[in-house]
Amino acid sequence: MDLDVLFLSRFQFGLTIMFHYLFPPLSIGLGVIMVVTEGTYLKTKNKQYEAMARFWTKIFAVVFAMGVATGIVMEFEFGTNWATYSRYVGDVFGSPLAAEGIFAFFLESGFLAVLVFGWDRVSPKMHFFSTVMVSLGSMFSAVWIVVANSWMQTPTGYHIVGEGMTARAEITDFWAMVFNPSSVDRLVHTLIGAFILGAFFVMSITAWYILHRRHLEMAKQSFTIALVIGTIASLAALLSGHTQANTVSVTQPAKLATFEGHFRTGPADLYLFGIPNAEEERVDFGLSIPGGLSFLLHNDFTTPVTGLDQFPVEDRPPLQIPFQTYHLMVALGMYFIFITLLASFFRWRGALFDKRWMMWVFVFSIIGPYIANQAGWIAAEVGRQPWIVHGLLRTSDALSKAVQAEEVLTSIILFTVIYLFLLAIWLYIMNEKIKAGPEEPALAATAREGGLLDTMTSRTGTGGPSLTDPREKTRSSDDSGKENK
Amino acid sequence: MDLNIFWFILMGVLLTGYAILDGFDLGVGIVHLFVKKDEERRILMNSIGPLWDGNEVWLVTFGGAMFAAFPHAYATAFSGFYLPFMLLLFALIFRAVSMEFRSKQEMRWWRRMWDVAFTTASTIGTFLFGVAVGNMMKGLPIGSDMEFQGTLLDLLGPYPLLIGVFAVSTFAMHGSIYLYLKTESDLQKRIHRWMWTTFGIFLVLYIFTTMATLISLPSAVTNFRDIPWAWVVVVLNVLAIANIPRAIYLGKPGYAFISSAATIAALTFLFGFALFPNMIVSSLDPSWNLTIYNAASSQKTLGIMRWMAIIGMPFVLSYTIAIYWIFRGKTKLGKFSY
Repeated sequence: MDLDVLFLSRFQFGLTIMFHYLFPPLSIGLGVIMVVTEGTYLKTKNKQYEAMARFWTKIFAVVFAMGVATGIVMEFEFGTNWATYSRYVGDVFGSPLAAEGIFAFFLESGFLAVLVFGWDRVSPKMHFFSTVMVSLGSMFSAVWIVVANSWMQTPTGYHIVGEGMTARAEITDFWAMVFNPSSVDRLVHTLIGAFILGAFFVMSITAWYILHRRHLEMAKQSFTIALVIGTIASLAALLSGHTQANTVSVTQPAKLATFEGHFRTGPADLYLFGIPNAEEERVDFGLSIPGGLSFLLHNDFTTPVTGLDQFPVEDRPPLQIPFQTYHLMVALGMYFIFITLLASFFRWRGALFDKRWMMWVFVFSIIGPYIANQAGWIAAEVGRQPWIVHGLLRTSDALSKAVQAEEVLTSIILFTVIYLFLLAIWLYIMNEKIKAGPEEPALAATAREGGLLDTMTSRTGTGGPSLTDPREKTRSSDDSGKENK
Repeated sequence: MDLNIFWFILMGVLLTGYAILDGFDLGVGIVHLFVKKDEERRILMNSIGPLWDGNEVWLVTFGGAMFAAFPHAYATAFSGFYLPFMLLLFALIFRAVSMEFRSKQEMRWWRRMWDVAFTTASTIGTFLFGVAVGNMMKGLPIGSDMEFQGTLLDLLGPYPLLIGVFAVSTFAMHGSIYLYLKTESDLQKRIHRWMWTTFGIFLVLYIFTTMATLISLPSAVTNFRDIPWAWVVVVLNVLAIANIPRAIYLGKPGYAFISSAATIAALTFLFGFALFPNMIVSSLDPSWNLTIYNAASSQKTLGIMRWMAIIGMPFVLSYTIAIYWIFRGKTKLGKFSY
């Protein structure tokens, strides 16, 4: 029954990590938006930005709570389901996890309290500081967990002690472990993925408000902030993805060959889509740029790229899942660039918010980054198979010896039921919060729909009472200049 | 100092921090259903609202530190406790989301559902922590390969179950005293009675647990022979327990809270002291015990981690103190409450 425990444990880890990963990237992405929004409020004293900052914070709290609740599962599962793996890598893999707790989680959770509950307990500046700290904390946790995962992809800074059943990896050089060949590339790409998600999330909600002519002023401001972040991040994703593919071609050639369905060593094509056929060793129904992959990696259409033929069959990753998820991620990445550039163009021309079709496109585009983030990770993790630690330990050798298939099946069923329930509740609560929307600042509190015009005109006049020195005034005009660009 | 001992002590510090801090969160959850009015239930949840998340991080860091410093102990314990730990995870999940979701909707059934989830999750979570501690005290069927060889039933012996119930009573008392500090007027008066009730239950179970430990686990006191000064902790423990009713009676709930925190710290210490130098005791053969040496990471890793702890812990303590300072005083419901 060994195979069953293997399949079930992998299934459970996939299920729980994918569910968990609905939340942290959104926290990271939304965190940046909150920092920009609240920072803008502090600079301009414009109450609209304050209302938006409070609204995003409320949403953030619900996202964060789900991230915390589902995140602790991950830490337990290394031990519960992958005990042999834990024994093998604990000396190396454990320290980034401990660092994540000490340096990131405490920071996040501490300042989160101020962020969510402290609006009237601390000064606005202290509150903004907390927002920045929470945002940084969420990125720090990404740093440590991506470092740990990258070590599993490209292990360095270790040596193997012992043999056979008692063999394990031990650290020889901590910083070589932290800065292993893939960690920086993968961290950058992960964070960019989170920024894109946060931006599209905000654009989706605010586009919906704009379509329903609610909170117009705030929605447009937020949409613009998110669009700027989203455009930059989408372009950066392309660059970072390219760099990363170059690294993978060196460190994990079997993975890259799988991503591109490249069977025989030689000039490699770049597929836009297709269905790799393992038996015939070719890609069916594909459309490709001949030599395209060779060109991207080596600036030359004919340079040979290592193919799957260089690897014994038992060392090759599964073909279909990494190929398809990788291509899905790339295609979505292209879509993000296209749609954000187009929207930026319209925004520059001042016509964006009148294009209702465009707003509808953004309402639904939030699905894109969600799929892209998940697909990218599936490609990265399945593409590493059959290894759990690349080249060192096979996934099939990493299981808990004390755990039976029935136990894992039981927990899978429970996780599935509970997570589906929580997902439904979470979506319901998010929907309610979004429908309720931000609280209009005092000026327009009396009327919602009709008061919008008043809000806009009154805003240009006063810009809200300034609580700090007059220097703020000049800076605020600088800022609005930037915004109009 | 011997790095292995250093890390054993630091794990004890993290566990103590968790037990004291999340102990009152869980305690508030355990007694939550005893208040009936909606507003009062919100006060209870909001009394720990800004704090519970940071408190739970102590557990997460404890887990991470155990993984890094004693990977074999981590792997053996977590895979051995598979189903109880899965249940514990579900409890922690529901504890977290029930607070987050409860007051987001007005419907009565909705709020009642999350209230019940909150209390159930807090109670089961605490109980399972106790069961785990009881099993660690008692020893587990560990083979020569460091692997757990028993079944779920082996984990449900009378002693671990007793420790589970004892844990629930301890946190219920700790949480009640905490709530007394955070509430006012009529609600506070009722909580005053709870402090007495929960203390009474705690005291009975404490005596019972102590006797059960001395009778069924004579090995738990062997370390006292080599290190007699540890008796000081036992005496302090008894004094701390005795000070709880005294402080409540004298109307000094702050001292009562410090005393219950000290009680928890002493109990955690005694737990670690009974185990030392083992991490997991094999009930099959003492030579198969997982100790702080054979279950540990390399000296190099323990050394790196010590630096992390030295750099990190001052930050952790300063955030913790800052947050408790910012959210000091009575819990009031406001615009940003749950």
